[in-house]
Amino acid sequence: MTAVVVVVTRSPGWGAFKAYFLDWSIYKDSFPEILHAFWLNVKLFCVAEVIILPAALFLAVLRSLPGPVFFPIRALAIAYADLFRGIPTILVISILGFGMPALGLSWLPQSEFFWAVVALVLVYTAYVSEVYRSGIDSVHSSQAAAARSLGLSHGQSLRFVVLPQAVRRVIPPLLNDFIGLQKDTALVGTLGVVEAFKQAQIDQSATFNGTPYLVAATLFVLITIPLARFTDWLVARDRKRQQAGRLA
Amino acid sequence: MSSGDPGERLKPLPPLSADGTALRVEGVYKAFEKLEVLRGIDLEVEEHEVVCLIGASGSGKSTLLRCINLLEPIQAGRIFVGGVEITARNVDLNAIRRRIGIVFQSFNLFPHMTVLENVTLAPRKALGQSRSQASASAAELLRRFGLADKQDEYPDRLSGGQQQRVAIVRALAMQPELLLLDEVTSALDPELVAEVLDVIRELAAGGMTMVIATHEMGFARDIANRVCFLDAGTILEEGPPQQIFSAPREERTQQFLQRIVDAGRL
Repeated sequence: MTAVVVVVTRSPGWGAFKAYFLDWSIYKDSFPEILHAFWLNVKLFCVAEVIILPAALFLAVLRSLPGPVFFPIRALAIAYADLFRGIPTILVISILGFGMPALGLSWLPQSEFFWAVVALVLVYTAYVSEVYRSGIDSVHSSQAAAARSLGLSHGQSLRFVVLPQAVRRVIPPLLNDFIGLQKDTALVGTLGVVEAFKQAQIDQSATFNGTPYLVAATLFVLITIPLARFTDWLVARDRKRQQAGRLA
Repeated sequence: MSSGDPGERLKPLPPLSADGTALRVEGVYKAFEKLEVLRGIDLEVEEHEVVCLIGASGSGKSTLLRCINLLEPIQAGRIFVGGVEITARNVDLNAIRRRIGIVFQSFNLFPHMTVLENVTLAPRKALGQSRSQASASAAELLRRFGLADKQDEYPDRLSGGQQQRVAIVRALAMQPELLLLDEVTSALDPELVAEVLDVIRELAAGGMTMVIATHEMGFARDIANRVCFLDAGTILEEGPPQQIFSAPREERTQQFLQRIVDAGRL
């Protein structure tokens, strides 16, 4: 760490870099505007996450349906996940955000915010369903067997026995994807929506100084830290409740 | 450990088939890929009878129990419980499994639920009992098997013997007509085996119909009305425990029991 600091601060361009990215007065001046714009990012990821969490769980459950009867449903779910994990998020946002309003269908919502949320939901539902699925797979089959042997249906065994254990195990990777989602809301700026990154770009062009980017970066980091600590707390609480005082 | 008045008995069993046959297994065949695990099993168990399945690991004891509970599909043969063919097409699997309890070697308690929640889950969700009704019956069963003070604990905080007793109570809470026990003491430390065997003895005394796969030969000799020796997927020999353990007819049975004796387990 110290070495990196030394190398960077002794570099020939350090003076220029410092002037371009670390201008305290510009930082102060652009902060309120970017903070205001960041509120849009918060709305984007909150609305999207509220839809993604249940939608992805539903998709993961579809993929776990047993037997040949459900093959078409499983195949569709797999095709969906492959498609939306494969396309870069910025393309999905652009195609939906510019394409859908361009169709000229009056009954379709025209707002960029709406299509941005749709794009983020489509992409992240695909990711998050994989997280859930790995959680479901990690619950040993003997748990489902025990539930079924008591006369619970497949759905009941999933709902009361498998999913509660699966979801608890994947809370850390779920949060990881949530942080990814928070950051990817910056891509929505490509639609011309003024969110934190777009506002930082505007301020950068007005001042010919990159410090506003640092402001946006600060805001994204600030929102991540409490969430990460919250997850740590959740995981620790769960472990304590189930295993404290465990007999050897 | 297992408490309760000596005269206390489990709830009366529901009526079974007219001829008193609790379980009938006919020509059951089961293979995993190319591995033949059960090669034509015939077995009849009377109401209130306790049948022990003995035999080497891999002889098919556990698979047979899992097939009876329809956890494993069979490729040929038929199984009747209480006179109803449970291997028929279009039967309600869930309804059948509610009538047959099974307890596994590895307990398989639900780790995210307390003991009480483990026991009440199926009565509430599969039988539609109210929470208070299910809790009252569960508390009664837990008390009978010396687990009253454990009902709010999570399984990880219990000893293996306690966990296995909870698993037995969980199966009993569904008031099964037939209880299958799959090597329920094999995963336990030696000093914990007795408390679980005592529970099973109490169930036998209460008239519970049971099929028990076990390596505890002394226990099988004590408790069984009939012992079946499984070898390579067939019931090679069956009879009353005195006969099987003291005068086995088949050479394979003699060899198996000799190995048990040599290992100091009988």
